[in-house]
Amino acid sequence: MSSQKRVKNSQSQGKPSQSSNSYQTNLSAWKVKEDLSDSKSISKHGQNNPVEDYEHADDKAEDALQIAVRYFEKGPTKTSRSKDKTLEKHLKTVENVAWKNGLAPEGIDVLLNVALSGKFGSAVSTQILKCMIPATLISEDSVVKAVSWLCVGRCSGNTKVLFYRWLVAMFDFIDHKEQINLLYGFFFASLQDDALGMQPHLQALLSLYKFFAPALISVSLPVRRKIYFKNSENLWKTALLAVRQRNQRPSPEPLKLMLGPANARPVKRKWNSHSVIPVLNSSSCSKECGKKGMSLSDYLSSNGSFPLEQLKSFPQLLQNIHCLELPSQMGAVLNNSLLLHYINCVKDESVLLRLYHWLSQTLQEECIWYKVDNYEHGKEFTNFLDTIIRAECFLQEGFYSCEAFMYKSLPLWDGLCCRSQFLQLVSWIPFSSFSEVKPLLFDHLAQLFFTSTIYFKCSVLQSLKELLQNWLLCLSVDIHVKPVMNSPLETTLGGSMNSVSELIRYVGWLSTTAMRLESNSTFLLHFILDFYEKVCDVYISYNLPLVVLFPPGIFYSALLSLDSSILNQLCYIMHRYRTNLTAAKKNELVQKTKSEFNFSNKTYQEFNHYLTAMVGCLWTSKPFQKGLYIDPEVLEKAGVAQYKSSLNLVYHPALLSYAASFLLQEWPEERTVNLSSIRGKKWNWYLDYLFSEGFQGLKLFIRSSIHRSSVP
Amino acid sequence: MDSCDTPESTPRQRASSRLKDYFIGATPLQKRLESVRRQTSFVPTPPRRKIPQCSQLQEDVDPQKVAFLLHKQWTLYSLTPLYKFSYTNLKEYSKLLGAFIAAEKQKGLAVEVGEDFNIKVIFSALLGMKGTQRDPEAFLVQILSKSQLPSENREGKVLWTGWFCCIFGDSLLETVSEDFTCLPLFLANGAETNTAMIGTWFQKTFDCYFSPLAINAYNLSWMAAMWTACKMDHYMATTEFLWSVPCSPQRLDISYAIHPEDAKALWDSVHKTPGEVTQEEVDLFMDCLYSHFHRHFKIHLSATRLVRVSTSVASAHTDGKIKILCHKYLIGVLAYLTELAIFQIE
Repeated sequence: MSSQKRVKNSQSQGKPSQSSNSYQTNLSAWKVKEDLSDSKSISKHGQNNPVEDYEHADDKAEDALQIAVRYFEKGPTKTSRSKDKTLEKHLKTVENVAWKNGLAPEGIDVLLNVALSGKFGSAVSTQILKCMIPATLISEDSVVKAVSWLCVGRCSGNTKVLFYRWLVAMFDFIDHKEQINLLYGFFFASLQDDALGMQPHLQALLSLYKFFAPALISVSLPVRRKIYFKNSENLWKTALLAVRQRNQRPSPEPLKLMLGPANARPVKRKWNSHSVIPVLNSSSCSKECGKKGMSLSDYLSSNGSFPLEQLKSFPQLLQNIHCLELPSQMGAVLNNSLLLHYINCVKDESVLLRLYHWLSQTLQEECIWYKVDNYEHGKEFTNFLDTIIRAECFLQEGFYSCEAFMYKSLPLWDGLCCRSQFLQLVSWIPFSSFSEVKPLLFDHLAQLFFTSTIYFKCSVLQSLKELLQNWLLCLSVDIHVKPVMNSPLETTLGGSMNSVSELIRYVGWLSTTAMRLESNSTFLLHFILDFYEKVCDVYISYNLPLVVLFPPGIFYSALLSLDSSILNQLCYIMHRYRTNLTAAKKNELVQKTKSEFNFSNKTYQEFNHYLTAMVGCLWTSKPFQKGLYIDPEVLEKAGVAQYKSSLNLVYHPALLSYAASFLLQEWPEERTVNLSSIRGKKWNWYLDYLFSEGFQGLKLFIRSSIHRSSVP
Repeated sequence: MDSCDTPESTPRQRASSRLKDYFIGATPLQKRLESVRRQTSFVPTPPRRKIPQCSQLQEDVDPQKVAFLLHKQWTLYSLTPLYKFSYTNLKEYSKLLGAFIAAEKQKGLAVEVGEDFNIKVIFSALLGMKGTQRDPEAFLVQILSKSQLPSENREGKVLWTGWFCCIFGDSLLETVSEDFTCLPLFLANGAETNTAMIGTWFQKTFDCYFSPLAINAYNLSWMAAMWTACKMDHYMATTEFLWSVPCSPQRLDISYAIHPEDAKALWDSVHKTPGEVTQEEVDLFMDCLYSHFHRHFKIHLSATRLVRVSTSVASAHTDGKIKILCHKYLIGVLAYLTELAIFQIE
């Protein structure tokens, strides 16, 4: 877990050589000094400058702090009568500085040591701990030292409890965590102490750990069904906020997970090869084996084979495909597009199995979030994943090994490491039964999805869209290779369609929840609608008997969106749904036979419901006539008694500005913009104006779903 | 794969579409994936295992060879199935590997197969070293130095030894086709540079993949319980556990030695299911040890990391090092290691 970047960023550790002043407390002061030392012409104490004066005041406080810290470090002097007074003074100094600016890592290091050694007594320890507020970061070493004091038993139970609470509160500010991660066993054991163990949220936390890492926790815990976390009151809440604000900077490198003893053993160096992917060689064994005692017929037959090293062009591949010598290590094909062609059409299972085994193991060995010590191999792993993805794109097919790798590694993935590559791997998951894969992959992905930023959510939706597309392509090819004739395959097709529709519904669920979490973000909605642009066209584009509509949460968010491009996209999708459903209906009527792929009436009803809502809002100004009743009194109170037209093409919040510009453009001489004048002929002109502004989706929607004779 | 004589070989679905394969789950690759899915959904490993018994098959093993395998420290690796490995070619492999090593040592100088080098490579089968008849035969590779002097004793000392085996490997065997030989457990003794060189040759020749096999604390406590459970005529070593406190300020190892008969008595007191070891029993066994230690030293061993277990049957280190002491339970120990190796290559 060597987060080198972090060390570089950390102002307090960046330039140790400069810290003649070893107890820096103020980040800004430090910065100023760095600047000063860079521009040599300015003296250190520029008293004439008011800004400098301010800094100078801070310097003074700093000096006092240094003295205080040194005082604590030395320990109590026994002789002094004014001991209590001095102690009080120094404590006050520390408190003031800590709550104002926070303490530098070095200061925390010393004071934490003092507090846990208990040399000033329990009360002072408590006071010190309460003001252990970092200016920027806390050094991991300080925490480890503090923990080592706990073993000696010099501090009271209360101090211990307070220390643990402090550690939990400050956890995010600790600069490294690998040492601390190794101490978990100690923490768990220590939590068995009566003083701490009885707190229900800690118990709950322990039982969670026990669930996921039974080997770590030996404590016997009461079996409780419900796990809950009390938001325990936090002494340092305000101070923490301040530190966070001070520390606002690019997020640190991801934490790497500890995987226990597997890490204890140093990573095996790649045996005798410089790259992850083996070099292309013809099967060495068969060739060399034949060297001795080779019969004439052997000789002749081996002569017929085409050595890989000579394979340079596609025509060569075609001419020799029957007698091609395969590489001794199948992994080598990843770097050779001609051989990827070969892999693509070969039916020999052992070729695929060899690749499967090699790729599975290599992924497992190289995966960087399985390891503690190496971001140095990060680049190598990223490159390796890129190569795999290139091969998958080339083959238009995912590797099973990658799927198996994801089963194991996704639960441990932090969502950051190789994000782009990992999500691309998701989109290449080979087609399979969704319900089977869901608990292994998608449930883990959902956890990350819900707890990550909007950008992560968008990337996940994007890769799920690609996944859907890949599945659809694979199914449409398969179905058209084999005519739907024999019954087993027909049920297979039913099963496949089921799997695809489960995927679509799952994404629908993700999207609806995400919209709520991200307060209906337009940005997110674009990605969601992109997904449904694929979904609405399955029947026609892929010739597969499937139409799944979007959930209401998505439909209404899009319909009521303030963004005109969203509305346009929605119109386009509705238009495509209509086209697909109409085509399906027509086919049903032609075939007249009851096939299992006839869509249920529910799908048509659902679509009609959406369509009515849309036409009611945008065109006829009779929104939500069905299924929605709002007390007119309420509307009057809200000042929208005339709500009926407020969602039509003129007044819809996403289009209002277009209506206004339309009027201004066409009748520049008019002094007032009278929106209600857009009707009759003007309405038609307005539509043409909208179309010319790029509302192609709207155009298609109106052409297909609305009889324009009924212009309002 | 002559040894793996499956009654009916996997039907090849040559001309079928992948889609159909998927739903029928016919191809080896599909079976592989199915097996991985099973593994992933039902972690951790099965909650009960058999106590090692003296197996019938083992009787056939050449006692001299077994003696050679005992009391040595082996480094464990997992190994993916070997492609086109043939037991009839062992002699040929000896020559090829010998030449390969010579070439590696000479760094780029051409070497002819069959030439006389000052090392000798011997491949030999370890007949009978298997759990079931389906398990492929284990085999041994030895590198011997040949002394330069033309004395009578040309066979020099053993430089390096490694062996490949598969004990009760059914779960793996059923997911590969007949071109493959499954020997998922590889044990090596000798300089790591030699292991690397020989491993490389195997990887290149049989398109397989070696990965170091570490044993986590969870599996170590299983070993502790299973090996304590073994009936012994006489104990050869004390039962010893090693815990490690991994962190600074000072790394600390705690060794905990128990008289083997006491350990057995403790085991008998927690053991209920005849012939089997269950997860609860393992937990209880370890908990008893922990609480005993805590009573005396006020140290919670459960908070530290178990890194080594030694019993009269065998000793194992978390680094993936093992030493087997008891001839009688050799197969039992290897069966568990095979299970771990298969889990790693799934």
